[in-house]
Amino acid sequence: MTSKPRSLLGIEPLNPRQIMDFLTLAKKMDPARPRNSLRGRRVALVFYENSTRTRTSFEIAAKALGATTVVIHADSTSVAKGESLKDTGLTLRSIVDAIVMRHPSSGASVLLDRMLGIPIVNAGDGMHEHPSQALLDAFTILQHKKTLKGLKIVTVGDIFHSRVARSDALLFSKLGARVVLCGPEVLLPDVAAELGPNITLSRNMDTAIKDADVVMMLRVQQERLAGLQIVVDEYIRRYQLTASRVRLAKKDAIVMHPGPMIRGMELTDEAADGAQSVVLEQVLNGVKVRMAILEMLLGGRR
Amino acid sequence: MKKSTKKEQPAAAAHGFEKAQSSPVASLLIRGGRVVDPAQKLDGELDVLLRDGRVAQVAPPGTLKDAAEIVDAKGLVVAPGLIDLHVHLREPGKAYKETIKSGTAAAAAGGFTSVCAMPNTTPVNDSPAITRWMQDPERGAVVNVFPIAAATVASAGERISNYGALHAAGAVAVSDDGLPILDDKVMAGALETAALVGMPVIQHAEDTRLTQGTQMNLGATSFRLGLRGQPAEAEWRMVERDIRLAHGTRGRLHVAHISTARALELVKLGRQTGVAVSAEVTPHHFLFTEEECAGYDSRYKMNPPLRTAADREALLAGLADGSVDAIATDHAPHALFEKEVEFDKAAWGITGLEIALGAALTVLYHERKVPLARIVALLSSNPARIVGFDGRGTLAVGAHADVTLFDLKANWTYDVRKTRSKARNCPYDGMRFKGRPVMTIVGGRVVFRA
Repeated sequence: MTSKPRSLLGIEPLNPRQIMDFLTLAKKMDPARPRNSLRGRRVALVFYENSTRTRTSFEIAAKALGATTVVIHADSTSVAKGESLKDTGLTLRSIVDAIVMRHPSSGASVLLDRMLGIPIVNAGDGMHEHPSQALLDAFTILQHKKTLKGLKIVTVGDIFHSRVARSDALLFSKLGARVVLCGPEVLLPDVAAELGPNITLSRNMDTAIKDADVVMMLRVQQERLAGLQIVVDEYIRRYQLTASRVRLAKKDAIVMHPGPMIRGMELTDEAADGAQSVVLEQVLNGVKVRMAILEMLLGGRR
Repeated sequence: MKKSTKKEQPAAAAHGFEKAQSSPVASLLIRGGRVVDPAQKLDGELDVLLRDGRVAQVAPPGTLKDAAEIVDAKGLVVAPGLIDLHVHLREPGKAYKETIKSGTAAAAAGGFTSVCAMPNTTPVNDSPAITRWMQDPERGAVVNVFPIAAATVASAGERISNYGALHAAGAVAVSDDGLPILDDKVMAGALETAALVGMPVIQHAEDTRLTQGTQMNLGATSFRLGLRGQPAEAEWRMVERDIRLAHGTRGRLHVAHISTARALELVKLGRQTGVAVSAEVTPHHFLFTEEECAGYDSRYKMNPPLRTAADREALLAGLADGSVDAIATDHAPHALFEKEVEFDKAAWGITGLEIALGAALTVLYHERKVPLARIVALLSSNPARIVGFDGRGTLAVGAHADVTLFDLKANWTYDVRKTRSKARNCPYDGMRFKGRPVMTIVGGRVVFRA
């Protein structure tokens, strides 16, 4: 194993070896077979934003490793009374070993890591990164493909506002995939191509999806489209994943979605529930990957 | 510029200021220094005699003898006192961030003898009463304070304030810094009225309709960080419009903290077509680029934001070739609790009074080989001209006895714990500079001694 990071703040600071270490460890994890490796360790799950999937899977992952967890919702704590992130963090540091945090501000976990000096897991910060999601997406792809190297992975939707899109693109690019980001300019500015090597942009979904190995659909919020003066019907016509568009991809292509899905918006029922959809596998893998993350950061550190 | 963990001598000995204050002298002879006074095109070994608050004589070395106190300036540059066109002293109303006393103490330690204080105080300085209050000796200012009054009532951008009365009360310019005047008619009115009184309108050029919710410069870096970005367009479109209005009204426009290559190009073009337009650049914009935001370190969050490497190069070229008129700090003190928060919640601004000269000498003089006379012009004679100071920004006989002595070659490390400002919101701690202020003299009195 290569040098172990103290925290998981994003995919950007990781090298390919470190990414593979997380994925390799995840293969050994199974929530149905609890371990005791983090027995006695205390993990705070601090959520400044609502989340169902990410919070529950981190909680189950921590418990499956034997850790003690405490879930803190921003609206039910001193945070609501105006306490700063720094003070909340310092308070928690004296009673827990690690913090998993979801926060609406980009970079919040970077700040927390710098101020506290204990393992921090970024469970999503603003529009910045969502590294555990990218790791579980890569893990899911590797259950269907031998390697990411050389794969054509197409991500379609609201990339600008998506921390998942950023983490995914960074990770897939680092592991040698060809990443195509697809969407209208207001949701996908040209500078997105500068995220990393092997990342290109497309405004045409039919072209982008051709011969793809993986199709990753992102949630598109209707209110957001309205704010950006995009006509919903036009968006759907150009960027919705339909059964016929799935057929443009490779025969063995898989369809993914980090959730929450909005059926009828970014994808149709047929695409979401089709034989090529691996959306539910992603959820199950989420627990394994998050077990691996906590094990990697906290295991063997006493 | 390299960070150094080794702490060297503090920016100034802590006792210097108090000692100086206790010993005002009627006459002071600065002997053996290199006098650089671009207003008189002077650069050479000369002695300077200050008497009764004025420059009494400038003469060849050794020819002046009669003085109560003698300062040995051997090996030092003797320049007209530095003038900062853009500071936030936070009084009235926000004394927890800075006071006129603490801010001007920092100015003195940075070699500044005069500072122009922006009106975004609480309440906004849109009245002769506040303008006078800021200059009252009761405030304990260490250097000269010249208020810049609000260009519009409460800086609301709707009705222009009473420029005649504000000027009579001591205001040297008008500005709604931080709250740019969007309305064309109001801006035209401001330029026209200010010209009648002989004041420039200082505009923080930002079309705020393009910058809602933004945190840094717009580009690949802001995209990667997931922060909303300010387009360069928000600045240059405003500069473009203001130059057009200045042309139509024959008003005098000063562009505050210009930060983009394109806006600077527009200033050059405007000047060529005869528009009275000038521009200032801050130390942080010629030191840093947007890449500094990569760690979400809010000490690098200011408005206008740090821009691209190409923008920085254009500013450096402009500082070197004279198309930029002045270096101004935009010294913007904040309490730590306002900065040690999420990047998008952090207050905008950075302090700069104590490093401005060091940064200019390090980057412009030592790295870029910009002539010393040009650097002194940027920090003294040009700012004096922009706000119409009579007898400042020069060491001509009869001028105010405001003098800055600095050591061109001294290597030093900034230690923010020793700052005279109440605030510490800057990334300069541990940064090394070459060239530092050694003595600051205001009205013939030594107010800072390193």
